Amino acid sequence: MTDTSSTPVKIRPPRSQWWDVWDQFKTHKGALVGLSIFVLILLAIIVGPFLWDMAPTFVDLRARNKSFSMAHPLGTDQLGRDVLARMMAGGKVSISVGLTAMMLSIMLGTTIGVLAGYFRRLEGPLMRLTDLFLALPLLPLLLLMVTLFREPLSKSFGPEGGIFLLIVCAIGATSWMQTARIVRGEVLGLKEREFVLAARSIGTPARRMILRHVLPNVLSPIMVSATLGIASAIITESALSFLGLGFPPDFPTWGRLLFDAVDQMQLYPWRVILPGVAISLTVLSVNYIGDGLRDALDPRIRGR
Amino acid sequence: MKLKTALLGAAATLAFAPAAFAERGSDGDVKILYSQAVSTMNAYLSSGTKDVEVGSLVLEPLAGFNEKGEVIPRLVTEIPSLENGGISEDLKSITWKLTPGLKWSDGTPVTADDAVFTAQYCMDPAGGCAQLARYEGIEKVEALDELTVKISYTEPKPNPFTAFVGATSPILQKAQFANCLGAAASTCTDANFKPIGTGPFRVIEFRTNDTVQLEANPNYRDPAKPAFATALVKGGGDATSAARAVMETGEFDYAWNTQISPEVQEQMLAGGKGKFVSGFGTLVERIEMNMTDPSPDLPEGERATAKHPHPILSDIRVRTALSKAIDREVLVEIGYGAAGRATCNLVPAPEIFASDNTGCLTQDVEGAKALLDEAGWTDSDGDGIRDKDGKKLSLLYQTSVNAIRQDFQAIIKQWWNDIGVEVELKSVDGSVFFGGDAGSPDTFQKFYADVEMYANNFDGTDPEPYLAQYTCDKAPTPESQWQGENVNRFCDPEYDKLLAELVRTRGLEERAVIAKKLNDMLTKDSMVVVPLVDRGRLSAHSNTLGGVVLNTWDSELWNASDWYRIK
Repeated sequence: MTDTSSTPVKIRPPRSQWWDVWDQFKTHKGALVGLSIFVLILLAIIVGPFLWDMAPTFVDLRARNKSFSMAHPLGTDQLGRDVLARMMAGGKVSISVGLTAMMLSIMLGTTIGVLAGYFRRLEGPLMRLTDLFLALPLLPLLLLMVTLFREPLSKSFGPEGGIFLLIVCAIGATSWMQTARIVRGEVLGLKEREFVLAARSIGTPARRMILRHVLPNVLSPIMVSATLGIASAIITESALSFLGLGFPPDFPTWGRLLFDAVDQMQLYPWRVILPGVAISLTVLSVNYIGDGLRDALDPRIRGR
Repeated sequence: MKLKTALLGAAATLAFAPAAFAERGSDGDVKILYSQAVSTMNAYLSSGTKDVEVGSLVLEPLAGFNEKGEVIPRLVTEIPSLENGGISEDLKSITWKLTPGLKWSDGTPVTADDAVFTAQYCMDPAGGCAQLARYEGIEKVEALDELTVKISYTEPKPNPFTAFVGATSPILQKAQFANCLGAAASTCTDANFKPIGTGPFRVIEFRTNDTVQLEANPNYRDPAKPAFATALVKGGGDATSAARAVMETGEFDYAWNTQISPEVQEQMLAGGKGKFVSGFGTLVERIEMNMTDPSPDLPEGERATAKHPHPILSDIRVRTALSKAIDREVLVEIGYGAAGRATCNLVPAPEIFASDNTGCLTQDVEGAKALLDEAGWTDSDGDGIRDKDGKKLSLLYQTSVNAIRQDFQAIIKQWWNDIGVEVELKSVDGSVFFGGDAGSPDTFQKFYADVEMYANNFDGTDPEPYLAQYTCDKAPTPESQWQGENVNRFCDPEYDKLLAELVRTRGLEERAVIAKKLNDMLTKDSMVVVPLVDRGRLSAHSNTLGGVVLNTWDSELWNASDWYRIK
């Protein structure tokens, strides 16, 4: 009888659930590789310009169309601008547009989805709004937004800041609908589960109910749609640059680098391949991170 | 003078001796590639350049244009003028005299009736003639005798060289097309595909939208021409592959309209099988300066109107400095290669109308800086941007979306930064920029920017309507729904007065003097229009094909009768 008390009980130190998530995340090889590539790309575009301080817009007419060399590690373009510097500057813009637009669209989508799923009265109007947005033709809408708001915004935030805000808002405001629909569906299912009923029976207010019980349980679909959102935001930005509706022409982004190089694809294939690979790598690595996160956040998979 | 002419003549005879002494049909076959395929040989039924040009191998007008834009006789003895009485004093009629003894390719004689019939054919209201504009204002066309055609106009016509002049208004044979008037025009397939003409070649076989097989016209007026016995015109492909077929593989002797980037041009030249020829018309890429204030602070309706002169660009010294900072040769090298040349003129051609203004061709950065200093723009706060009275020298520079234009923007921005001017770039989708929609703030007419870049040209060889675009009353304003060609809102009473004089003046020489003066008023004297590049037409021909002279005023194949094989 006494020996039971003598044996030391192994009490694991208390740890937050995020450690469990990380442990689970670590077992997903693809996600780990994706994460390291994404961190590398982020480092390259944030720290890189300090190490390689050539201006991305500096035109050097004597060094046009140079291939890889010590002076220009990734060569120069048709105007003698350094491709490495342009890739880094372009990445900064493309990734910040992608991340910011994604956050905006996820916030909008989640809010609308949760509200529509949780409050029966709001469901009708909110979902009709979603349908309305889905039915809107995207490009004419963007054209209209750019035409209406470009000037006032670039006046108050400067030409680059203004157009950044405009593009992020334009992409964010036109890509939240899928997230909203997915989240609503999940919330509708969750609402009828026993633990939600139990929480409600002890009088939990709606606000706490959503934050404490609903949101954590819809996190995984949100994560997945967020990672997909980054990819589509980067691509939409490229498409806008392509149409001349995006950033000013002297402002490098990956999409614009690609667009500028298409004409000379046969002569200088690297100029198309580099930004193309950068976009694909970013999009792929973010998708893998999303995949890993989804698995890690799901308690049913965790520990298996 | 006489001796000099004689010597020149002798020299020319010697130089062209091999071609001149060649026999008709002695040089075999010539292969021509058009990247757009030919669908008819009858210029009156198609507005496509390719149809008109290939048709010009067979059908000829009374007179054509040479590479300088001058009118040259083809089927007539001389060009009518006021001096020789061919054009009446009141400018209401013109009389053409056909060369005696001309024959159609079927051996029948060419008469004035054929010309009368041609006018009737095109002016038939049921016919839908594609070249009706060339017959505008005609009251009647009549045959005074067998060889004399008289055209009468309802109004005085200062430039009567439209009907029967140039590849777009050739003479048709009355006998062949007699049943093809009006609505029947397009049903005459045989006549449209195999017209009987007076040109150097005649059609043997016509395959719509594919190939045209031709042979030398046995009744051509010069018994020694053409040097080629047969000609093949093949259609299809694109500009790059057409250029490649001549320059690299050597399958063809001539490729039409091969507009490709300078880098690709160079790569192809390395093939060593051919060369590019360029001809320059009137298309000029230019920077236009806004003379009115486009600031968004101004209320709509006053913004960018003559009420508020531009705070920076109203000073001619600033405009001149901006022009001086640009190296046009570099722009040509980067953007167009052989298909462009640096210019300081708004009217770069025809030769007689082109001013000798070349002052802008050398870049002068120091001169530009000195001018800005003189104008009071100095960098007082040391940030690299000039300022004056607390206002920065900052410009918004817009153009349409186009790879070459964006390159130009980047280079010019750097040049302007070097002289201390801050530049913000903007590019607008071409369909919006040139769309002319009064509701859009981004059109080139509205010009809500400080400077803008685009290209424009004029039709034909007379620049009067083109120069007339810059009078005070042509400025786009809110009242005119932002329509009008004077996008700079340039307004100079002297200019308007001189233009009115141009409209009244008749003689070509005098007109040229005034037109040059007008051109200079817009360019070097005021720098309101800053021309950059004269954009030409680029075609490729094989090294073994001789006699090619590219002509932008008429058909590119205008002198195919003079082509020969270099052996």
